[in-house]
This record gives sequence, structure tokens and C-alpha cells, in this order.
Amino acid sequence: MPNTTASSSSMNRSVTLSRVVLYAILLIAVVFYLMPLVVMLLTSFKSMADIRGGNLVSIPQEFIIAAWDKAWSSACTGVECAGVAPFFWNSFQITVPAVLISTFLGALNGYVLTKWKFRGSDIFFGLMLFGCFIPFQVVILPMAQTLGWLGLANTTTGLVFVHIVYGMSFTTLFFRNFYVSVPTELVSAAKIDGAGFFTIFRRIILPISGPIFVVCIIWQFTQVWNDFLFGVVFSGGDTQPITVALNNLVNTSHGVKEYNVDMAAAMIAALPTLLVYVLAGKYFVRGLTAGSVKG
Amino acid sequence: MKLAKKSVLGIALSGLISMGAQAGSVEVLHYWTSGGEAKSASVLKNLLEKEGHQWEDFAVAGGGGESAMTVLKSRAVSGNPPSAAQIKGLDIQEWAELGFLTNLDKVAKKAKWDDLLPEVVSDVMKYEGHYVAVPVNVHRVNWLWANPEIFKKAGVEIPKTWSEFIQVADKIKAAGYTPLAHGGQAWQDATLFEAVALGEGGPEFYGKAFVQHDQATLTSQKMTDILATFKKLKSYIDSDSAGRDWNIATAMVINGKAAMQIMGDWAKGEFTAAGKKPGTDYVCVAAPGTADAFTFNIDSFAMFDVKGSDSKTAQADLARLIMEPSFQETFNLNKGSIPARLGMARDKFDSCAHTSMDDFVSTAGNGGLVPSMAHGMSTTSAVQGAIYDVVTNYFNSDSITAEQATEKLARAIRAAI
Amino acid sequence: MAPVSKLAYRLLTMNTSNVVKQNSASAVSDSPQVSTGGSFDFLQRWLPKLVLGPTIITTLVFVYGYVIWTGVLSMTKSRFLPNYNFVGFLQYEKLMDNDRWSVASLNILIFGGLFILICLVIGVLMAILLDQKIRAEGSIRTVFLYPMALSFIVTGTAWKWILNPGLGLEKLVRDMGFENFTFDWLVDTEMAIYTLVIAAVWQSSGFVMALFLAGLRGVDNSIVKAAELDGASMPTIYRRIILPHLRPVFFSAFIILSHIAIKSFDLVMALTGGGPGYSTDLPATFMYVTSFSRGQIGLGSASAMMMLAVVLAILIPYLYSELRGKNNA
Repeated sequence: MPNTTASSSSMNRSVTLSRVVLYAILLIAVVFYLMPLVVMLLTSFKSMADIRGGNLVSIPQEFIIAAWDKAWSSACTGVECAGVAPFFWNSFQITVPAVLISTFLGALNGYVLTKWKFRGSDIFFGLMLFGCFIPFQVVILPMAQTLGWLGLANTTTGLVFVHIVYGMSFTTLFFRNFYVSVPTELVSAAKIDGAGFFTIFRRIILPISGPIFVVCIIWQFTQVWNDFLFGVVFSGGDTQPITVALNNLVNTSHGVKEYNVDMAAAMIAALPTLLVYVLAGKYFVRGLTAGSVKG
Repeated sequence: MKLAKKSVLGIALSGLISMGAQAGSVEVLHYWTSGGEAKSASVLKNLLEKEGHQWEDFAVAGGGGESAMTVLKSRAVSGNPPSAAQIKGLDIQEWAELGFLTNLDKVAKKAKWDDLLPEVVSDVMKYEGHYVAVPVNVHRVNWLWANPEIFKKAGVEIPKTWSEFIQVADKIKAAGYTPLAHGGQAWQDATLFEAVALGEGGPEFYGKAFVQHDQATLTSQKMTDILATFKKLKSYIDSDSAGRDWNIATAMVINGKAAMQIMGDWAKGEFTAAGKKPGTDYVCVAAPGTADAFTFNIDSFAMFDVKGSDSKTAQADLARLIMEPSFQETFNLNKGSIPARLGMARDKFDSCAHTSMDDFVSTAGNGGLVPSMAHGMSTTSAVQGAIYDVVTNYFNSDSITAEQATEKLARAIRAAI
Repeated sequence: MAPVSKLAYRLLTMNTSNVVKQNSASAVSDSPQVSTGGSFDFLQRWLPKLVLGPTIITTLVFVYGYVIWTGVLSMTKSRFLPNYNFVGFLQYEKLMDNDRWSVASLNILIFGGLFILICLVIGVLMAILLDQKIRAEGSIRTVFLYPMALSFIVTGTAWKWILNPGLGLEKLVRDMGFENFTFDWLVDTEMAIYTLVIAAVWQSSGFVMALFLAGLRGVDNSIVKAAELDGASMPTIYRRIILPHLRPVFFSAFIILSHIAIKSFDLVMALTGGGPGYSTDLPATFMYVTSFSRGQIGLGSASAMMMLAVVLAILIPYLYSELRGKNNA
């Protein structure tokens, strides 16, 4: 890299200068990316009087956590006023199975589409990719009818099913792109030895799939956790996910708005996904490096 | 012997079940989720629970009930509608026509709804002469909210007509205040527009245009004039209004930044929350030129056809409770509206509500009582949407003339009918 | 069945002495008995199809079945709920005559094009910058990535404030003493669509950055070293060697970004609500509003079909060239 090859002092100076510019650009970018988060955090610690009177990026006159407390345990999300806390569990109940099942199916699909190709499997992959682009608003009514026929209308199971169906095109895409770069010789040799479909999957493919599982799970977790449309339409009244609760909390038709509570609730709702990105972000990039993008 | 025992048990069990038929549960889809509204709705929940029933809350907020309607449609399609849903205006007729709603005549007869409700209200609640929905409140939409302090400083009186409004607004602007607080959202633009149409055109014109969609009225010179006046108002709104929520606009009046706002009576909640008193801190009068008219917006619950006798009982009890004075009073005190039923004690209501109640009764007699177009009372959602599109686009664009807008409005309504 | 299993058998026997066997033998030492045809082989031939089966069925039913259903509805008079009174192409005629739809179609071209382009540029640029052995790389990367974790239901209000001239950035900069600073795109009918681009880029560019960063890390270092020895400058190396290597990354990023662009819905609802007027309406919001809020399911379905047709028209040539190119390589 250039900085290691630089030797003369003039070169050193230009290298230092370019480093300064580099860091300056990164700093500006960091400020841009953090701006909304800062606004939300500051607002959540202000009092309503402070918000009505002040600048939106001003430092709170005094830091109060009342808004957080209210958002968590006593803000109204309907006739019930118990904050967003009860909805947290609902969201986990939906997210965990949906993510695990769709990821696992994606892995199997990707495996078939790369290592066990058959007539038409490539065409099917193309068809499936197109499925990524269907606007979800289109599927609401036919899906409602289908779930009604299946007896799954307004149940958590039904909602999980919907997430799996529409999450699968992406998980398959991820795994397919990852497995494409796995040497086919490895698999064909095992086939020749008489190893079966699942044996090869379990013994050869799964052990090297760690990184792409991380990528896929993070992606799916974000998608399902943040989903509002399916959550609001297909959940039952008592199994609504947290995004629906948040929406109920921040949306008022003819009522008074409490922005500090809104912001605190929004932060609480976003905590799990934020945490996932902060903690697993490293593995995310590493997983992407490991092959999904080489495809 | 064994068989006999079983059947005895069966009879005993079924007896038990029918005894328990009094207690059922109702699932209620509504979009009252914020502080005051949610509290008002929970009053209803408590009343219902006192009768031994169960209230299954199904709240979906957003877009003035738009999200809730999406959910309701998908529930209906899946064959699993809730017992009661917050539906208003002409949508009630649509649902009834599709055969989803249940007949409430029995409850209505017993509680004499026909005597308690003004005809205008009960017409909205009935499909082919049968009650299918229950009204909760009556909002008046054509209000002008004003900050008297600013008027004093600018040395002007509160305007009674739209031409006065323009003169007054010019002076207020010269005094350094924003004359009109407004949020640039389609429904707010439409609310302002219907106030101008009612004020300049009168109730008859309003009805022909927004209820009957009479093409001659829609393409008339009067409509062009109204659109021109409406557009003129844009110059009295500050430049940052786009996308602003209505309550932020109200806050501008409260904080003395803006002089007036045209908004329904729910705005009162904001004044109350800020600790302001009607008459002294703020003034509520009918929107310019509409003192003898009343644009109504009624919230209501439609009752869906449900299975099971206990669910039916619970549903009927809910319908009865909604119309009872105790709920109507508590709810409307919270919400700023007036009760849908007549002849209630009015001592707890404030002066704005009293004006509203008086005008409601008087306009019902003189033809000044008109349904709000902007709030889905006068026409189908398709036509309403078409009007929204033209109005908001015209209001926010500099390149459309009033003549062009008249033409577009008539054409859009024709296409949506 | 016979010829198939015979072929399989011949392949098996042909290769029993192959060297490859040793490599993989340990991995599959406890594999089931080596089959010599029959039911096991049959199963193995059908297993992949069986495994993919559920996905094929769900895709056909829940994607293509529903698309067909929507297509059927677009030819009907459906209003409040679906019905089957056919009216031919009337809804499409109405759609073409609808001012709001033309605004929405134009907007998706502006929005989608700019969004994808800017995300790619920023993504590549940030990835290259972050790849320069930066201190605190982990934290900076997290900062770039976190917006992806938040939905616009969460961040919409914050963005609305920031972009609002009276509350946000404009006021902030003016308060700092720059009296003439203006940033009022949000309230400008002509410019509001670009504020959507800003917020959307903010959300997704970090993810693109991660994709490219991963791609850069995957580039073989020895090629870069060799080029450096040949005296090539850093920009040249990036332009000539590294970026061409990242072609598949561009493909993945393009697919993901266009999927986000076409489905942008929460963003519009939270940030502008389609306004001022309906100047920031997108096809997805148009479709939702007409189908659900306005009870014009026929018209909404027609708009959905138009959307899908455009997606197909853009996507198929690209997919075809990319996937073909890969197979040939």
C-alpha cells in the first residue's frame, strides 16, 4: 500500500495530507449518518416544554428519562396503556421461527441450485429472483384469502408463514451466491463415493456455511423485525408485533403528540436490530467477504 | 344406560353453556390509540366489562384510519371480521351493501334511537332503513381557531367572510405574524378548501358539488372563483408548512406565532392540553361565511355479522352502551366533539361545544347542516381521493390556474364515480 | 428408469479408482452403503427436486399465482373489495389518464435512478476509504451500517424534522451565522423527491459499503502487488484491476437496491406522505392508496401490473446478461 512504500520526506508529507483528507471525509460521513440518531436520542431525553420551545438539535435543558419510562411501560397503544413492553415478546415469537426456517430453507435451496442442478433449475432461480420485486401491497388481499382457507388467518403461525414465503427468495439468493464459489469438485467427489444428498449437505456444505448464515440471519432478522405491513394485516389483536404498537403509539388521528415518548419508543423498538448490527456487524462484513459477493 | 348418562350430561352441559351465553367477547377494531382518545375508548371497555363481557382490543392507527381500513378489508376477505369496527360515512353503506354488517334494529328500537338521533345522523347509520352502525360523536369541521392577542396587536377583528379574511390577513402579515396556520397534507388542504367552498358558495352549492357531484356546478364560474380564493390563502401560510401535522399548526396559534387556523373541533384538545381557556386565550368561531352552516364529521362503529349467540349478545350490549349518555358524555368531553344523541346535559361542556350543539340543532332545521367532504362523510373514498388529488396539487403548484383546476376537478370526479 | 441408473452405475464404477476419492473419503466415511442403483439412486435423483419443491410451489402460488390474480382484477370493475365484473382495459385507460400516476411513474425513474447510482458511488467510495487501514474501522463501519437496522417508522419523524427548513438543518446553519443558507427541498414541489433520495441513501448506502468492503477484502492481493511493482498508480489499480473484479458485487448490490427502490413505501409515508401536493408519490404508494384507502382495487391492480411490467423490462435483460456471463466464465 502507498504509505508503506513512501520513503522521502516530501512523499511522507503528501501521504500525511492524504490521510488527513481521508479522515476528514470519513468524519463528515459519520456526522451525516449519525444525525437522525442524535436527533432522536436528544429528543427522547427532553421534556415536552423543552421540545415546543427549543431547537431540535439543542441539548436538553435537563436530561429526563420519564419519556423512556412511559414508552416502555405506560404509553397507550390502544385501549391498553402498558407501553411497548408486551409487544416485544410478540415480535420475538414471530421473528425467531420466521428467520430460522427461512434461512434454513434458503440454505437447502441454494445447495440444490448450485450443486444438484437439474433441467429448469436455473430458470426457476430467475423466476424466484423476480419474486423479490413483487410489491407486498399486491399480495395483501389474496394472501388474506389464502390464510383464511388454511385456517391461519390472524394467527402468529400465519404471519410466520407469510414471512417465510416472502423471505425465501432473498435467503436463497444469498446462499446460492455463496455456494456457487464452493468448488463443485468437492461435491462431485463425494457423490461419486456414494454420499447422499443430505450427507453431503451436512458433512461438507454446512460446516463451511457459517459466515453466510450470519449474513442471512442478520438480513432476515432486520427484515422481519422491522416489518409493519404484514404485521399489521395478518396478526391477531393480541399478537401484534412491536412495529404495530410503535405505529399506534406515534400516530394520533386527533390527539396530542408527545414527541419525546415517540422517540423513546422508536429507540426501544429499534434496540434489538441495532444491537444485532453493533455486535454482529463485524461478522456481517466477514461473512459477505467469505463468498456471498464473489458469486 | 351409559348412553342415557351421556345425554344427560350433554343436556346439563348445554344448559351451562346457554346460561353463560350472557357473557361473550367483542373484538373491536379502532384507530384511537393516542392519549386522550385511548382513554375515552377505555371508558367504553370498562362499561362493557361491567356487563360481564370481554373486550378484545384491536387498535391500528395511522392515516386517519386508512391503515385500519386495510386491515379490516383483509380480515373480511379472510372470512374473519371483528365484531365491531370504527367505520364512518359512506363506507358504512359500502360494507352493508356487501352483506358484512348485522342488523341492530332490535337494540335501536328498545333504546328509541330514532327519537334520540337527528335524522342526518341516523341516515348515515342506516342501510336500507335498518341500523347497522352506532354513532359516537359529532365533530364540527368548519371552525376558525384564533389567537385574540395577535388580533389585538394587529388592530383587526376576527373575519366573518372570506373577503374580510383576506383584508384581515394582510394586516396581520404586515404586523409580522403568520396569518394562517396550516399543515401541507392533502386532508388539511381539503379541509381548508371545503370551508372556502361552503363559505363562498353556501350549503346548496356545497351539496350539489360534493354530495351530488353535479357537473354543471362543478364546472361553474363560482367554483373557479372559490378555487381562486382558496389559492389566495396559500400566501398567508408560512413557507415551511409542507407535511406539517395539524397539531403543530395548532401549536403555532397557541404560541402566538400564527393568528388563525381552520380545523375541526379536535383542535380544542391541543388548546386544553396547553392549559388555554376558550374565550380568553383562544377564540372559536365558525369559519368565515359559514356561521349558518355546520360541516359534520361523525365517528361511528359498524357492527359485523358474527357467529355465536354469546358474541351476538355482547355485540348488542356494546351497541347499546355506545349510545348511552354516560359514555357519550365522557367520550366527547375528552375528544372536543359533541354527543351524537340529542337532549343531553350540557353543563360539563365548554362554550365552544355549546355553540356547536346549538348550531347543530339550528342548521339541521335550515338546511345548513352538510356532510364533510374532506372527512369522508359526503362521498365515496374514490371520489374523495380524486378531489384530494386535484385540490392538493393545485394548492401546491404555481403552474395551474383556477380555470384549469376547475376543469381537472370536474374531470377527476367524473372518472372516479 | 433403466438407462438412468445404468449411466449412474457406469459413472460410479468408472471413477472408483479416482484420486478425488481420497480427498473426500474422510468426510463421508460413514455415508450410507454405496448404492448400485435401484431405489436409493432413484431417491437421490429426486431428492433435490423434492427439497426445492416447497419453494417452487410457494413461488408459483404466492408470487405468480397472485400476480395473475392481480392481473385478472385489473380487468375488472373491482372497487371496495374484489369482484369479477370484467371491463377489459378500462382501468388501464383510466390509469393513463390519471395525472397522479404520471407523476408517480416519473418519480420512480428519478428516485430509483438517483438512489441506485448514489448508493453505488458512495458505497464504493466509502469501502475504498475504509480499506486504507483506518483506525477505528469497526466503529465507523457500524455507524455506516446501523441505518439499515432501523425502519422508517422509527426514523421518519427525525428525518422530517431535519429536512424541514423551519426546524432542522436550515435553521441550524442559519443560527450558526450563515443567514443566507437555504435548504428547503422538503417543502418545494420540484425538489421534494430529492429529499426522499437523501433519506433512502442514508439508509441503504452503508449496506452497499459493506458489500463492497467485503468484495475488496476478497480481491487477491498478489495481483495488486504485481501491478504496483509494474509502477501502476493506486487510482489506476483500482480502476483497471480491483473494480472490474467486483463486477458480481455490483450485480448483488444492484438487485438489492432496485428491490428497495421499487418497494419504497414506508419512506414516502413517513417523510412526505406523498406531498407537497402529490409531488413525491411513487408507484408503490399510488397502488396502496388507490387499492385500499380509496376503494379502487381495479385501478390499483392495473397500476401494480404496470409496475411489474416495468420491473420485468429492466430486469430481464440485465439478469440474462449477468447470469449468462457467469455461466460462460
